[in-house]
Amino acid sequence: MSGISKRFGGVHALRNVDLTLEAGEVHCLVGENGSGKSTLIKIISGVQAPEPGGRISIAGQDYPHLNPVRSTHCGIQVIYQDLSLFPNLSVAENIAIGQHLGGLRTVDWTAMRTIALNAMAKVGAEFDPDTKVAELPIAGRQLVAICRALAADARLIIMDEPTASLTRHEVDALIALVSELKRAGICIVFVSHRLDEVLEIAERVTVLRDGAKVGTFAADTIDSRKLSHLMTGHAFDYDIQPYHVSAAPVVLEIKGLGRDGDYEDIDLTLRSGEILGLTGLLGSGRTELALSLFGMNPPDRGAILLDGKPVTLASNAEAIRQGIAYVPEDRLTLGLILDQSITSNLTLTVLERLAGRLGLISAGTRKDHVAQWVSRLGIKVSDPENPVKTLSGGNQQRVVLAKWMATNPRVLILDSPTVGVDISAKDGIYEVIRRLADAGVAVLLISDEIPEVLYHSHRVLVMRHGRLTLDVPASQTSEPALRQAVNA
Amino acid sequence: MPDSLKAALARFRRSHEFWLLAVILLLCAGLGVANAQFLTMQNLFDLLTSYAFVGILALGLLVVLIAGGIDISFTATASVAQYVALAFANAYGANWFTVFAIAMGTGLALGAINAQFIQKLRIPSIIVSVATLNIFYGLLIFVTGGKYIYSLPDWFATGIFWFEFDWGKTSSYGVNLQILVLGVSFLITWLLLNRTNIGRQVYAMGGNPDAAQRLGFHTFRLNMLVYCYMGVMAGAASLVQAQLAQSVAPTVLVGKELDVVAAVVLGGASLSGGVGTVLGTFLGLTLLAVLQNGLILLGVSSYWSQLFVGLVILISVSVTAWSQRERRARRVRA
Repeated sequence: MSGISKRFGGVHALRNVDLTLEAGEVHCLVGENGSGKSTLIKIISGVQAPEPGGRISIAGQDYPHLNPVRSTHCGIQVIYQDLSLFPNLSVAENIAIGQHLGGLRTVDWTAMRTIALNAMAKVGAEFDPDTKVAELPIAGRQLVAICRALAADARLIIMDEPTASLTRHEVDALIALVSELKRAGICIVFVSHRLDEVLEIAERVTVLRDGAKVGTFAADTIDSRKLSHLMTGHAFDYDIQPYHVSAAPVVLEIKGLGRDGDYEDIDLTLRSGEILGLTGLLGSGRTELALSLFGMNPPDRGAILLDGKPVTLASNAEAIRQGIAYVPEDRLTLGLILDQSITSNLTLTVLERLAGRLGLISAGTRKDHVAQWVSRLGIKVSDPENPVKTLSGGNQQRVVLAKWMATNPRVLILDSPTVGVDISAKDGIYEVIRRLADAGVAVLLISDEIPEVLYHSHRVLVMRHGRLTLDVPASQTSEPALRQAVNA
Repeated sequence: MPDSLKAALARFRRSHEFWLLAVILLLCAGLGVANAQFLTMQNLFDLLTSYAFVGILALGLLVVLIAGGIDISFTATASVAQYVALAFANAYGANWFTVFAIAMGTGLALGAINAQFIQKLRIPSIIVSVATLNIFYGLLIFVTGGKYIYSLPDWFATGIFWFEFDWGKTSSYGVNLQILVLGVSFLITWLLLNRTNIGRQVYAMGGNPDAAQRLGFHTFRLNMLVYCYMGVMAGAASLVQAQLAQSVAPTVLVGKELDVVAAVVLGGASLSGGVGTVLGTFLGLTLLAVLQNGLILLGVSSYWSQLFVGLVILISVSVTAWSQRERRARRVRA
């Protein structure tokens, strides 16, 4: 495709973008939120038409624009981040759902099953085709989505953030599958925020910034630092932080903590101003441990000490009162009330403190409180009365942070704070975390991404099968060492 | 093959329908012992006949619920359809085919009005159908003054009686209009939902409307079809009811919505869309009928019957929700 532009009102979402995709190629499309990636995908899949003047050519045939039916006929399939599956239907029916398109006719269940089994054989999927998709784990659902694309005779499969909710092992399996598809002559376009993965999987990378194409690069000629520079126009260099808080007072101490089925024998100390990174595979017990510290998953054994005094955290209200704050992994479902205003969300945790006499809260107090946090964290807000869902992902994340920081926590637990956030926004969040630690807050930073814990914590813990297997200052370890400890 | 059969049986044992069936069999056994009247051929045919109206409406509602919507205006639709069809038959003469065509056509038109509002203006279907329930019913009462029609055409009042046979010495049985229409409705709805691509599109749309749109399903047409189907069923049900009652009564149908909703929800359909089966609806209807009829045969006041129906719905829905949560928890732990 060449000369592709798209305007929404006065805004140029895409300006004169050229893109060539070859059969049997793995091509990555990267760019920050708002760089035009989604618009480009929508034009390729025919959901939106480009401005006149653009040209799309598929296998020698020219089209001024596509529509969903035509693009499907041309073998273009998009696997959206939400996978667009039907949870209430069986695996087989999901894969062969294309058979249902068109006017009234009877369903050939045997043919649908055959189509599904064929596609499943291609990717080596081994589950029962009669299972309902709702009963599959995320990785299984993703296989179903890939099977559906294959069943539709895909020659070009576009995957939007396919690894966002997968564990490392599942990502490896996906990468293996992608190379398999590539050998079958299928072109795969990967859209991802995780630059390490992009470089691991892609042959060529196309970078978009502000709706324009920065360039297409062979993956072996660039590294993730250069990529992030190309995407943002800024250089982001992170250094390992020295361990300088060994003399600070211990805020949180855990001794022999255990909970049946979740974790066992956990000992750790967390000092004022310290950022403690905690990593491990999904299911290693790290989230369960964090929830226990927040009073939502009571431990069976052991002690939790705050400022040297043992505490029992029977509820999250109790934990908040003791100065512990928790920012959950899934900010969209757990951290925010999306339909309510930014103001409501920001004041939710401090209602008691803002209340005046009679327990009523004046509009002025609320406004001041909100203005203060919006400026402190640099949240980009046009009107604080707008619903939170109108904000970008990074700004939503800052609202969650502000919401908890307003409670003046002693201990702040952050569970995967940068999932689904682009590089610039990530940088903003790291900045916030550092400032919090400098102000004396003890931070427990939980993350899947090894560079994240390595470069943004003072000390790193690794959890495996419910036990802590490594506890080192960040300055005494490295990415490969941590990776080994996590996957060992 | 035995393996896949085993898997299918295992799935059925976990299903809502299996538990419903077990409860119904238990109830029937208990009621059969307590009252000799209950398990008679006579009572069975009477039950089918008197619950045909609720059953036909339940099938229409099932399709709407699977598609992810809801409609409670169907009793008003049925009242209008009944009145229009039989007033026409009285004035100009008609036969079975024409009354059914008029009643179902009226239902279809009113269903299309619902669908237009829900789709074009994107108003939640519950609100649209509460509004249209009142509008359809209000207009009917305004135009007719709420007057009953007692004199129906002879052929209509006589009804039909097919496949007559004798059982014992006392009475003869056969397929009457109610049982015929109920049976045909079940068959057509089952075929639509399980044997046509359109029915499967309805399931898919109810399960994930965004994905359905992305795949190129015509969601507008599907919704139109669903609400029109509900209207057509309401039209058919209205004649079945008028034939049984031997009159057209504009004011007695509205208020029966909740029996219909109860039957469908008891049958395992979910208000959030995508879930529900014809078998489940049949069992839900059976449970409702057995419960209400059984309580009457036991001499319990009809006020209690309402309470029991409420309790059974609450228990059934809670058990389903609880077992789903258990299964999910087990999966997470595994």
